[in-house]
Amino acid sequence: MKLSYFPGCTLKNKAKSLDIYARKSSELFGITLEEIDNWQCCGGVYSTAKNDVATKLASVRALKQAYEKGQALVTVCSACHNVIKQTNHLMKNDTAIAKKIDRYINDGSMYTGQAQVYHYLEMLRDIVGFDEIRKKVVNPLNGKKIGAYYGCLLLRPSSVMQMDNPENPTIMEELISALGGQSIIYANRNECCGGYIAMESGELARKKSNQVIENAKKAGAEMIITACPLCRYNLIKNGSDIPVVYFTELLAQALGIKGDTNE
Amino acid sequence: MNKAYPTEELLRISGVNPNKCMKCGKCSATCPAYDEMEYHPHQFVSMVNSGDIEPLMNSESIFKCLSCFACVDRCPRGVEPAKLIEAVRIAVVRKQGNNHLLADDVPNMLDDEIPQQAIVSAFRKYSK
Repeated sequence: MKLSYFPGCTLKNKAKSLDIYARKSSELFGITLEEIDNWQCCGGVYSTAKNDVATKLASVRALKQAYEKGQALVTVCSACHNVIKQTNHLMKNDTAIAKKIDRYINDGSMYTGQAQVYHYLEMLRDIVGFDEIRKKVVNPLNGKKIGAYYGCLLLRPSSVMQMDNPENPTIMEELISALGGQSIIYANRNECCGGYIAMESGELARKKSNQVIENAKKAGAEMIITACPLCRYNLIKNGSDIPVVYFTELLAQALGIKGDTNE
Repeated sequence: MNKAYPTEELLRISGVNPNKCMKCGKCSATCPAYDEMEYHPHQFVSMVNSGDIEPLMNSESIFKCLSCFACVDRCPRGVEPAKLIEAVRIAVVRKQGNNHLLADDVPNMLDDEIPQQAIVSAFRKYSK
């Protein structure tokens, strides 16, 4: 099966391992991720302002291309996923903006949110299935205690993202358990790490990230997994003394296509 | 000094109806940037509603929102305060000379590990 794939700017640079192990692992399940041609950066954060049209164009171009190829669009980065999924929702539900954007794109067919958007985790759950993943595990995690860190962008706004229960998500915990690990539930797993405030207020990012790290450790986590390069950066930068890794690295390790992820 | 933007414009840009607010304070209680803000999410809702917009437009609070959507998701009345903060911020940074982050500022904010995502996100929120 072939699916369209939007890697995003960070996955081509600082977060290469988030990208590489996503592609390699999906091949094992018979899924080839076909990169969108000439994709453009999603912008990192979704603008909710109704008069902010130009910031939606990159997402719409990617969505439209996937739809025209008859493929669902897969993302891995939490931020790209959030921006693209919210933009798709807007195109479906706000005809005035869809028409404005059509005048920018101007290629003869108006896009109105028809593409299906999957985060890679949703692809694992809904297309591959966690039972299939369990069967392919060759290096089980032997009960390692792992805290899933969702942060903000995968889950909220929940009426649009519809990935999981926004206050009690299970999708990453189910993945951890399929890989043979023990998932650790902790209160701050869906709270903010500080995000882009790290650029101008390291202090606020430190406060927010420390709350996440301390909370996860107190609950017994020996490792944290995330789908977001900025969450990972903030947690590591602010002194996490347990490893913070991408969920795709852990997946690839358990599937036997990557060495130990502890470093 | 930024002059007040018309209330009805902010409501249109944000899509927010502040009259739905029942003043429970949950938005501010769940806000990760609460301690850093002069005006908190619930105050954005009540001040825009009463036309008290100039103080909001001249407060650093508009740059403290982390776009985490916690107040959007957890509001029991669907008011979605972050959308109002976004509308005020956009009304401010769109004015000539009002960019909060300049390209020349960026090199001093970087280290070897900072992801591109942080830079593009900050630009999208702080500059036009």
